[in-house]
Amino acid sequence: MENSVKEKIKRIVGERNYSDSYEDRLCYSYDATALLHQLPEAVTFPENEEQISSLVKLANETKFNIVPRGSGTGLSGGSIPVENSIVIVMTRWNKILEVDTRNLTATVQPGVITANLQSEVEKIGLFYPPDPGSMNVCTIGGNVANNAGGLRALKYGVTKNYVLGTEMILPNGDLLKTGGKNVKDVAGYNLRDFVVGSEGTLGIITKILLKLIPLPSESITILAYFDRLHDSAESVSEIIAAKILPCMMEFLDNTTINCVEDFTHVGLPRQSEAVLLIEIDGRGSIVNEDAETVKNILLKNHASFIRVADSINEALLLKTARRSAFSALARRRPTTILEDATVPRSELPIIIEKVTEAGKKFNVTFGNFGHAGDGNIHPTCLTDERDMAEINKAHKAFDFIFNEAIKLGGTITGEHGTGLAKKQFLEKVAGIPGVEMMKKIKQSIDENNILNPGKIFSISPRCEGSLPFRREQIKDFQN
Amino acid sequence: MESNHKNLLFSVLPDEDVLNQCIHCGLCLTTCPTYSLTQFERSSPRGRIKLINAAAKGEIEIGDTFAYEMNFCLDCQACETACPAGVKYGSMVEAARVIVQDSKLNSILRRIIRKITMKIVISKRLLKIASRILYFYQNSGVQKVLHRSRIINLIFPKLSEIDDLSPKVSKKFSSELIPEITLTENKVKHKAAIHLGCFMDVMFANINKDTIDVLSLCGCEIQNPIEQVCCGSLPGHNGDYESARKLAKKNIDAFERLDYEFLIVNSSGCGAFMKEYAYLLRDDPSYSEKAKVFSSKIKDILEFVNNELGEINFNKLHDKITYHDACHHVHTQKIINEPRNILKAIPDLDVNEMNESTWCCGSAGIYNIVHYDDSMKILERKMDNIKKTGASIVLAANHGCLAQLQYGADKFHVAVEVIHPVSLIKKALQKTTE
Repeated sequence: MENSVKEKIKRIVGERNYSDSYEDRLCYSYDATALLHQLPEAVTFPENEEQISSLVKLANETKFNIVPRGSGTGLSGGSIPVENSIVIVMTRWNKILEVDTRNLTATVQPGVITANLQSEVEKIGLFYPPDPGSMNVCTIGGNVANNAGGLRALKYGVTKNYVLGTEMILPNGDLLKTGGKNVKDVAGYNLRDFVVGSEGTLGIITKILLKLIPLPSESITILAYFDRLHDSAESVSEIIAAKILPCMMEFLDNTTINCVEDFTHVGLPRQSEAVLLIEIDGRGSIVNEDAETVKNILLKNHASFIRVADSINEALLLKTARRSAFSALARRRPTTILEDATVPRSELPIIIEKVTEAGKKFNVTFGNFGHAGDGNIHPTCLTDERDMAEINKAHKAFDFIFNEAIKLGGTITGEHGTGLAKKQFLEKVAGIPGVEMMKKIKQSIDENNILNPGKIFSISPRCEGSLPFRREQIKDFQN
Repeated sequence: MESNHKNLLFSVLPDEDVLNQCIHCGLCLTTCPTYSLTQFERSSPRGRIKLINAAAKGEIEIGDTFAYEMNFCLDCQACETACPAGVKYGSMVEAARVIVQDSKLNSILRRIIRKITMKIVISKRLLKIASRILYFYQNSGVQKVLHRSRIINLIFPKLSEIDDLSPKVSKKFSSELIPEITLTENKVKHKAAIHLGCFMDVMFANINKDTIDVLSLCGCEIQNPIEQVCCGSLPGHNGDYESARKLAKKNIDAFERLDYEFLIVNSSGCGAFMKEYAYLLRDDPSYSEKAKVFSSKIKDILEFVNNELGEINFNKLHDKITYHDACHHVHTQKIINEPRNILKAIPDLDVNEMNESTWCCGSAGIYNIVHYDDSMKILERKMDNIKKTGASIVLAANHGCLAQLQYGADKFHVAVEVIHPVSLIKKALQKTTE
């Protein structure tokens, strides 16, 4: 990038909100995705909509790319810089602007930490359910951009079910407002849902209006131990078939149990092949009745032990332990490649077996856990990025798992987004007409392809093919 | 030059794998006090690990930003508690500090203060002389005159504030108050030894005395060898491993001849560091084994009292208290339930958990002097959380926290008494014996 352009960027956001030092570029060259990273040309911290709008206009004029970023906890590479790009960091936009108790809504800036919003609204008996594993760190803006899910998605749905409206700066610099506090609104196309899950490719989100619901008053948390993986998966299908809707049904396999136990010491059974963490919430006696039915189904499916959390604190410890699963798996090997293949939940037992099969077939180690109740699993390959041969095997194993998931009527990503990591599989799920339509939408909104280009799909041929992820490959690529 | 840094970094790191364990998931970010202040990724554990990694591989030069960020870190290790992958962040940042320590990259203020402090703590004699001078300065009226006349502001504007950060020197040092062997009036249940510390000895002599009394009331015979010295954590955490090892060896020698079950420590930083002697001296053929034995016997006073809970009866106390977790307790030694068990066992005590009790108070060794402004922002957050509990007493089990919280209570006008838990324990025990 030319220095004159950098000077202009600096003038827009101000000296203190700009850096192109090697140290800062390095510190914004990654997110939580394994194997992928690229240096941006500069890092910016715009303070208001006008500055973002000016940056976007300048990007169109002088042809550079813009990558928006929250806390950088994404797992598909959505906030990893692309070539000739600047990063726009939104974490300082962290104000909860309004909680409207008459309409049950919250208006927030995109940099608000998800768990912070939750604890604020819970103080007054309200509830914002979406709870991604990284909820203590990730931002609402990132959640909306990726349509994030979480543990409670089984009963309460995902981020899109709670977004009532958004404001975002479009690639031409205009401010687009969608939605509002109305429960019903069918005026024109549903643009709001274009924004949700757009992964920073259609605009930079600057304000979000969220739906809140009443906080459930009762909950029971159950941990069931299983000697056979298959039994745990069958239990899940049977609980759903019994017309009970727990708020979460999470499963962890033996490898994950041991890594999580090493970190948390909450007393998970190290010998068990699998555990199911089930929470039932709601009001009054129905919670207890449902819990009894669930326990019976678990026992019928050969659960070897059922532990019921005897305090809110213990329940919280168990859920926190589950949320640490992905990172805890890194205790075993230094690189953890995590995917989130998802299938209709009736197919859960099959996909879990397919993951085991993939591990054997390609001789790689998997830790497997996930949102069993949603059919959304997180097979995590435990490997070492310094061992290229093993990384190749891991990629092959994931190809296998994705293909199996698609065959079962599933999808390549349930909640992490397509980003860089899964764009090569997109066509298999969305089909050629689907991807073509996405590209047309992108091209009509972002003519110069300056906003997070190369994410979800590639438009210009120069970005085709899988991205290089080692320094040596990048050099070859340039030659 | 780069390759020198590279080799040096590798030489002080435990092993190369430490560098590769971070999967940059970011779960540490919101637990980091400095990231919370700046919101810059480079001020976060994840960012610093990236920088250290790049420096170790020779990808970046070690420059001003690198040095600044390594020293900006409080080394509170809250990120280690938060890290599911078990990344040893502390060992990485301490290794990086060794590299930046004596280079020109360190600010002049930092270098001078560090040199003086280190010189003083390393030598017991110098510490006592310096403390006598400080005692005279604090009590003779010189301090008041200097402050009132504002002469001090002319010499160095920040000095008047930093000056107040220094805790009051005790009139009598604990090493003068505590005999070499303290017998118990009760039946002898344990043979204990005590480490009096350096700052604890001259600035918190009463806490050392209270510790002796609690041990004695619990049936301990306590040995206090006069050859013992500072634990070495201050030089150790600031990258001066050579001095730290020297002090460690002196302490090992001092206690080796004694027959004791456990060595009681009442300052979390000292305890944490002495538990790591085994690691510090791992490559020293004549000390590695002795260090293992020494470290295994280190016991925090709160760990001790917690173990004795079945044996002792507390009397009622009617204080309204809150508890601040010292970083070297909760994050380094994982001592978190012990103090709460003890407080719960004291009848009628009104215990109020503060919000963010495990968040650093900003003391962090000499951090509050060399990073005064940042330290005060962190302290303000802590004092605010203390104030919200409405407690009249805040407990903290580290000399740095005690001094910092006392300063915070004055500076931010929070009406709270700052005391070491052992002093409260003594109060609860003594009533029983009356």
